Amino acid sequence: MLMNPNEILETIQMVRMEHLDIRTVTMGISLRDCSHPDIEVFNENIYEKITNRAKELVRTTNEIQSLYGIPIINKRISVTPIAVAAESCRSPDFVSIAKTMDEAAKDSQVDFIGGFSALVHKGATVGDLKLINSIPEALAGTEKVCSSVNVATTKTGINMDAVSLMGDIIKKTADLTAERDGIGCAKLVVFANAPEDNPFMAGAFHGIGEPECVINVGVSGPGVVNAAVSELENPNLTEISETIKKTAFKITRMGEMVGREVSRRLGVEFGILDLSLAPTPAIGDSVAAILEAMGLERCGAHGTTAALALLNDAVKKGGAMASSSVGGLSGAFIPVSEDAGMIEAVRAGALSLEKLEAMTSVCSVGLDMIAVPGNTPASTLSAIIADEMAIGVINKKTTAVRIIPAPGKGVGDSVEFGGLLGNAPIMQVSDFSSEIFVKRGGRIPAPIQSLTN
Amino acid sequence: MESSRFIITVIGSDRVGIVARITTVMANFNVNIVDISQTIMQSIFTMIMLAEAPQVNFDLAAFQEAMGTEGKSLGVEVKVQHEDAFRFMHRI
Repeated sequence: MLMNPNEILETIQMVRMEHLDIRTVTMGISLRDCSHPDIEVFNENIYEKITNRAKELVRTTNEIQSLYGIPIINKRISVTPIAVAAESCRSPDFVSIAKTMDEAAKDSQVDFIGGFSALVHKGATVGDLKLINSIPEALAGTEKVCSSVNVATTKTGINMDAVSLMGDIIKKTADLTAERDGIGCAKLVVFANAPEDNPFMAGAFHGIGEPECVINVGVSGPGVVNAAVSELENPNLTEISETIKKTAFKITRMGEMVGREVSRRLGVEFGILDLSLAPTPAIGDSVAAILEAMGLERCGAHGTTAALALLNDAVKKGGAMASSSVGGLSGAFIPVSEDAGMIEAVRAGALSLEKLEAMTSVCSVGLDMIAVPGNTPASTLSAIIADEMAIGVINKKTTAVRIIPAPGKGVGDSVEFGGLLGNAPIMQVSDFSSEIFVKRGGRIPAPIQSLTN
Repeated sequence: MESSRFIITVIGSDRVGIVARITTVMANFNVNIVDISQTIMQSIFTMIMLAEAPQVNFDLAAFQEAMGTEGKSLGVEVKVQHEDAFRFMHRI
């Protein structure tokens, strides 16, 4: 036959049984030309621009889905950080901008819109502070809007004033969405070294160095990697690494093909392909399951960090070989609520917040979709963020915190967000106070780049 | 995407007339079979065809729907996917 039947069936199997999908096609749109002192005019400008640019996005993406028979789960939009685009607006807050973004996203029929964001790693402008202070109300009053704040980079260090502020903002966001277990916090990420071209939510925004309009694709497939590793008979770790690499290669090729075709049809530049193992609550579509397939009794057992390091590195190697456009976050995600294996591991007492923190030093992103008791003080949330930012800054990588202090809930309870966001058991945090440390403010200076021991 | 060639896979339990009925639908849409292979994998019937669609006046969505409907009435799963979906993944 002109094509190898086994290869054809392998691809079919990946989609049918192992949850291979294109997680998202995300269109990045610059809003830098929308500025206006009058926020009403600004809102009109951004609505016009977003709906215009994205008007064919969903239709085209659906066509490609059926052409190739590969599910494309989400269509999304990311925009210029609103704190930048709306800096010149004279209004006291930016809540109406979030509502306009929500409208534009609904009218464009996309699943999410990201970019209600500020970059304050060295300091905050007036617009940055307006934006950050608008976040709780903005996320409570919208459905599709996602927000992110970059508070640290390796080049500038950690802005502890911003870290301290974000603890309060997360608490307020949880309180304003208390009737839904604080779901607002599931749409809010605090970053170190945020990538400018990430298509994944909640952290997607259209960075300052990006073109006018761009297509970024996020491809996923923990289930495929899990199946490939599980099929090996008594492998050693070198063989496991090799298998993951090959599998990542195949998944990446699929994403690249879809991304290029979407961008060709829309006449929009192709940006990057983000190869991230993003789990879903479906059984088997789990990063924890891959680690367990490597031989750990439970994710969280000693050895988990090493196993995750192997996984993350092999994914990157396979991806980088398959496409010259790999970017974004590219690695393994470990969002607790979205991963059935992680949830099980927490419930079984195998996986703690401390272990997750260690794991984030070797994988992409960070403490993701973690629910903690509703009475956790803001200063403790800030301290958790500070720890995570330190890991990112020192290791020159992206780290993030997406944490939900679930109102009225304590350890032993769980929260239910539904859909891709899943459900999460409440995790224990330290009862000892970090208050004085967090409230000192100032900046933790940028780290030395030599003497790297 | 440059070619108009598709991989058609038929997966399900074997019975009389699968090939005949599926290829009839293809003929109705003027879709030509370039290559065909058929195996039984773990007692599941799988047929894979490389097919060429006409360059003009070809309605992919309608073809996919017709193939899907015919497959359903035969109790098999029929997928029509552009060949690039497989070529890209396994070939560089």
